[in-house]
Amino acid sequence: MDYFLELFLGGLTRGSIYALIALGYTMVYGIIELINFAHGEIYMIGAFTALIVSSVLAFAGFSGMSVLFLAAAVAIIYSAAYGFTVEKIAYKPLRQAPRLSPLISAIGMSIFLQNYVMLAQTSDFLPFPSLLPELPFLEELGIKIGATEVIILATTAISMVFLTLLIKFTRMGKAMRATAQDRNMAMLVGVDVNRTISYTFIIGSVLAAIGGVLIASHIGRINFYIGFIAGIKAFTAAVLGGIGSIPGAVLGALVLGWTESFATGYVSSDYEDVFAFILLVLILIVRPSGLLGRSTVQKV
Amino acid sequence: MKKVCFQRIFLTWIVAAFLALPGAGPAAAADTIKLGIAGAHSGDLASYGLPTKRAAELVVKDFNARGGVLGKKVEILAEDDVCKPEVATNTATKLVSAGAHVVLGHICSGATKTALGIYKDAGIVTMSSSATNPELTQSGKYPNFFRTIASDDAQARLDAEFAMDVLKVKKIAVLHDKGDYGKGLAEYARTFIASSGKARVVLFEGITPGAVDYSAVVNKIKQSGAEAVIYGGYHPEASSIVIQMRKKKMNTYFISDDGVKDDTFIKVAGKAAEGVYASGPKDTTRNPLAIAAIAAHKKAYNADPGAFFLNGYAAAQALLTAIQKAKSTKYDAVAKALRTYPVDTPLGKIKFDKRGDAIGVGFSMYQVKNGVYVEVPTAPAAAAPKKKK
Repeated sequence: MDYFLELFLGGLTRGSIYALIALGYTMVYGIIELINFAHGEIYMIGAFTALIVSSVLAFAGFSGMSVLFLAAAVAIIYSAAYGFTVEKIAYKPLRQAPRLSPLISAIGMSIFLQNYVMLAQTSDFLPFPSLLPELPFLEELGIKIGATEVIILATTAISMVFLTLLIKFTRMGKAMRATAQDRNMAMLVGVDVNRTISYTFIIGSVLAAIGGVLIASHIGRINFYIGFIAGIKAFTAAVLGGIGSIPGAVLGALVLGWTESFATGYVSSDYEDVFAFILLVLILIVRPSGLLGRSTVQKV
Repeated sequence: MKKVCFQRIFLTWIVAAFLALPGAGPAAAADTIKLGIAGAHSGDLASYGLPTKRAAELVVKDFNARGGVLGKKVEILAEDDVCKPEVATNTATKLVSAGAHVVLGHICSGATKTALGIYKDAGIVTMSSSATNPELTQSGKYPNFFRTIASDDAQARLDAEFAMDVLKVKKIAVLHDKGDYGKGLAEYARTFIASSGKARVVLFEGITPGAVDYSAVVNKIKQSGAEAVIYGGYHPEASSIVIQMRKKKMNTYFISDDGVKDDTFIKVAGKAAEGVYASGPKDTTRNPLAIAAIAAHKKAYNADPGAFFLNGYAAAQALLTAIQKAKSTKYDAVAKALRTYPVDTPLGKIKFDKRGDAIGVGFSMYQVKNGVYVEVPTAPAAAAPKKKK
């Protein structure tokens, strides 16, 4: 039972990281029906920024929590700026173009950002300091789960709550939902569509940056390529949950995390990805629009 | 039309004359010791073959300056096999018919394997500086074959034996990264452990390189009760696994390969790297003979030597010294000399075991101590290392 619990918690942690990234995919898809392939790179840039800032701060004599918060804050701002800029450069000019054009543009942006970081920084793996604090009281309480996992789960949960509140109860959230439902109609009733789209990209990037800082502290190493694999997995999670649906992305990410964890634990890690994608195929056969996706009615 | 014909005949005649020339050379100088050198000297893989050829030239120059071998000058017969098995048979036949006494070669394992039968039938001792396929020596099919490089499975054997004999563990988890290199090593290690009967492989798994985390696999290692992990692969995944193992307060031994014996591993894994074992090539940088050989190469070619240069140098030295000790170029005598008399080479003092592998060449075990890799004794007799608590 202990073993089961450990795998369950491991899968939950992994899933919540996927969820933070998957939200960015699903929100952007929901609003402009674009798969933003450069999203994984935003996550990677968040991790790199946090690494650079924390190294500088550690050098300047800061310590502990202040480094974590400052590094995370700078990473969030920086990633948000990147997300915003990517949208303005690569997607906005193509808003009226056929749907394939922004998709190609997104792939180009992803390759560009990867290579940019590789050239500007390094192609080597870099050690990432464990910014997350140890929580000694957990052990005293006899809790099996590590401090890092607790922090990752808590941060993800808090981010989800904030995101839900933002979308349900603010003007901007309402504008987003309106734009997602019908962009032209939203424009007609006075919603600033371009601004709404920019906000969507910024929020997605903020979540990705949080994910980047958390996972990098958890695994302790980064390089320019981490965004690609995390991005693919998060995208899978978003499709699994029903792309365009926010609770779907979270559910899909958790299901994916658990599948991988249990497949490794009870079968073999040789087949980790195989099981993850078999599940994806099975779910899409039964529910083509994903777990919580609504089937889109073709507008004629 | 006629003109063309004449031209062709003329051309053929020139080509024929040209081809005949080098053939005529060795025949004229009959009283020399002929050292055949076969390997890739042109084409894609020339960079693997040329350093060995150059090494042999330097060694031969050295021997000739000291009066040759058995009072005769040593002569080199170089033949190119471009690392292709189908060409290697021709190369071997040419060397045999040109009267080579011993052959240094070939470079690639595939080419070596096809050529070996021909040398065996002709009774010629053959020594490779770079063919690492385990079967070449282990199959027992080629008693005329020797090599100055460790075979592909030598590292896995060292890792497995180190875990069983020095660390004395009974349960071992073998992991790999599903790549050619890592998986090959892991499979050899599993075979060694299983056939030795001294320990049990409790877990054999491939992990996904680049995954977001490895907590599930780390949990599985813990669950399996393994006392040591042997990992075949490279440092990025190894550092993640070690970090997560230490975070879970597991003090399982971690043993890996030269893909992990890399300073980046220590840099990335930090404190978690302490105590990790990794096998890697033996350090020859402080061997005075190696320093001298590299210096001689620099003097002659004004460049740093390439791949397998020291192995080639050692092989040429071993072959010529064996002829000297055997006082003959006969197959039995030379083979016996190679197995009997140790030779000082840039790779250290070497002689050859029954199968033809050089003893004392290959890999050492290193352990991370205070942020650097330090060589640790691999003999079981050595004091047991302190268990990391």
